[in-house]
Amino acid sequence: MVVAAPVETSAKTYDCREAYSRTLEEMAAQDKRVCAVVNDSVSSTKLKKFKELFPDRFVNVGIAEQNMIGVGAGLANGGMVPYVCGASCFLTARAMEQVKVDLGYSKWNVKLCGMSSGMAYGQLGATHHSIEDMAWTRIIPNLTVIVPADPLETEQVMRYSLRHDGPMFLRISRVPVPEVHDRGYQFTLGRAALMNDGDDVTIITNGILVARAIRAAKLLEQRGIFARVLNMSSIKPLDYDAIIKAAKETRGIVTAEEALTAGGLGGAVAEVLALHHPARMRMLGLPDVFAPTGSAEFLLDHFHLNADGMVNAALDLLGESK
Amino acid sequence: MAESSLKHLQQAANLTRIRAMSMTHHSQLGHTGGDLSSADILTCLYLGGILAVDPQKPHWEQRDRFVMSKGHCSGAFYATLAARGFFPVEQLKTFMDPLSMLNGHPDRNKLPGVEANTGPLGHGAPIAVGAALAAKMRGEHWRVFALTGDGELQEGSNWEAAMTAHHYKLDNLTVIVDRNRIQQGDFTENTVQLDPLAPKWSSFGFAVREVDGHSHEELMQVFQSLPLESGRPTCIIANTIKGKGVSFAENKPAWHHGVPTREQLFMAAEELGVEVPW
Repeated sequence: MVVAAPVETSAKTYDCREAYSRTLEEMAAQDKRVCAVVNDSVSSTKLKKFKELFPDRFVNVGIAEQNMIGVGAGLANGGMVPYVCGASCFLTARAMEQVKVDLGYSKWNVKLCGMSSGMAYGQLGATHHSIEDMAWTRIIPNLTVIVPADPLETEQVMRYSLRHDGPMFLRISRVPVPEVHDRGYQFTLGRAALMNDGDDVTIITNGILVARAIRAAKLLEQRGIFARVLNMSSIKPLDYDAIIKAAKETRGIVTAEEALTAGGLGGAVAEVLALHHPARMRMLGLPDVFAPTGSAEFLLDHFHLNADGMVNAALDLLGESK
Repeated sequence: MAESSLKHLQQAANLTRIRAMSMTHHSQLGHTGGDLSSADILTCLYLGGILAVDPQKPHWEQRDRFVMSKGHCSGAFYATLAARGFFPVEQLKTFMDPLSMLNGHPDRNKLPGVEANTGPLGHGAPIAVGAALAAKMRGEHWRVFALTGDGELQEGSNWEAAMTAHHYKLDNLTVIVDRNRIQQGDFTENTVQLDPLAPKWSSFGFAVREVDGHSHEELMQVFQSLPLESGRPTCIIANTIKGKGVSFAENKPAWHHGVPTREQLFMAAEELGVEVPW
C-alpha cells in the first residue's frame, strides 16, 4: 500500500483534464511515438494545444468511435503510442467490441482516455453519463483500468501509461477536484493510496470522490470513529492486499463510486472479499438505474455520493445511530 | 508476368486451396467458400513478391502490413503464411485443435505473420488505416493492405475508416474486397444490396479498380501499379467466385462454412490438379 499523507483539501479546485493534456503535450515533446486520436472532440478532450504543437501526430477521425479504436490499434502496430481520447460514454459503449478485440485481446499498446466520465455531463442526461464504463472496462482481460483522483495523480498516471506496455483505460473527469495528494505522492500500479488511517471502518473510493471520502473521515473522527480511506485509483490490477488488510483490521468496508455499483468498484471489492476474507460492506454508487438530469453536484448528492452519504453508510455499517 | 511465374502462382494457390479444405475437414469447422475465393489474392500478395515481409523477422519494423479483415477465412490465410515460411506447413494439421496456435480466427499473439486479431467483421479497415497513418507520421515507406469480405462491408466501421483514409490521403493503403457476392446466409444482393460497389468506394475518395480476382495476371498487374493515384487510398474490387476451383462448392451459399467429406477432398484435389496433403 502506498502511504500518502494527504494535504488539507484546499478550496481551490482543478479540472483533471488540464493535467492530462499538459502532461500529454510534455510526453509528446519528449517521445516521438506519442500521438493523439480524437473523435471530433478536440476541445472537450483539451487537445487544442496538442493539435497546434504536434499537427502531424494528431488524428481526428471524426465522429466515428469504432473506427477510432481500430485506428489506435493500427497506429500501435506501426510503432506509435496512441492516446485515444473521447467522452467516456462514447469511447467505451460505442466501441466496446473494438476495445475488447482490438485492444484487450490483441494487447495493442493503446491508451484510452475516457473523458468526463461518470455523471460529469449531469444535465445532458443519461445518454451522456458514463456510469457503466468501470464495469465494462475492468472485465476485459489485459486492459488496465485507472481512475485518478486529482491533478498530481492524473499527471503521474499519464507518465506511467507511457512506460506501461499494453492497453489501458484512464477515466478522467471534468468535475473540479481539490488536490488530495501531497507533492511527494507516487502512483504505483495495483497499489491503493492510504489517504487517512483508521481502524474502525474503511472507505474505499477513487476519482472525484476521494476528497469527499477524506471529508467523511474527518466528520467521523468528530464522533470518535476512525476511518481508513483508500484511494483505489488502480481498478485493475486491484490492490487485493490493501482490501484484505482493511477487512481484517477494520469492522467493515464502504465503497463509493461515481458509477453503477454492479461490476464497478463495489463489485470488484466484493469479489475480493467473498473469496479471501468475507466482510460486511455498504456500496455507494448507482443502483440498477439511470441517473436523472441535474448538475454533477446535484446527482452526486442525489445518490449520497458525498461526505454525509459516506458517514451515514459507515454508521449504518457499524450499527451506530446517525 | 512470365508464363512460368503465373503457372507457379496458380499451383501455389491451388495448393493453398486443398490445404485449407484439408484443415477444415480435419477440424470439421471452417469457411471453405471464402478460403477458395480469396486464395488467389493471398497467393499473389505473399508469394508473388508484392508484400515486403520477412518470415524470419515477422516484426521487422519496415515490413508491409497485411490485415486479414475477413479473419474467418483463416484456412487460406494460414496456408499462405505457411507457404511463405512464417511457420512450418506441418503445423497446418493442428487447425483448431485444443491449444493450437491456429485458432479459428487469427491471433497475432500466437502466430507469426498475423498483424491483427480479426474475426468480428469490420475491424480490419480501421486497423489498416491506423498502420498507414503511422507510416506517414514516421516518414516510413511501408505499405498497408487489408483484405475484406464483401458482406463485411455492411459493417459501418469500414466506411468510417474509408472516410479517414481519404481525409488523410493515405496512398500507402490498399483495401482489397473479395467480391464473391455471397455472405453467410445468402447472396449479398439478396441480403443487403452492395451494388453499385465501385462507385461507393469512389465516392468515398478511393482510387478504384475492378479486377478478376482469380486472374493472377490481373491481380499482379494491379498490385504492381500501386498506388493507383498519388494522394488517394486504393480500393481493388476483386470479383471472385465463392468456392472457386471446386465445382461442387462454387457459388453456393451453403459452402460459406461447408465442411468437405474425405471423398469431397479427393474430388476437389483432382479438379485442382494437386494432391490431398494429409
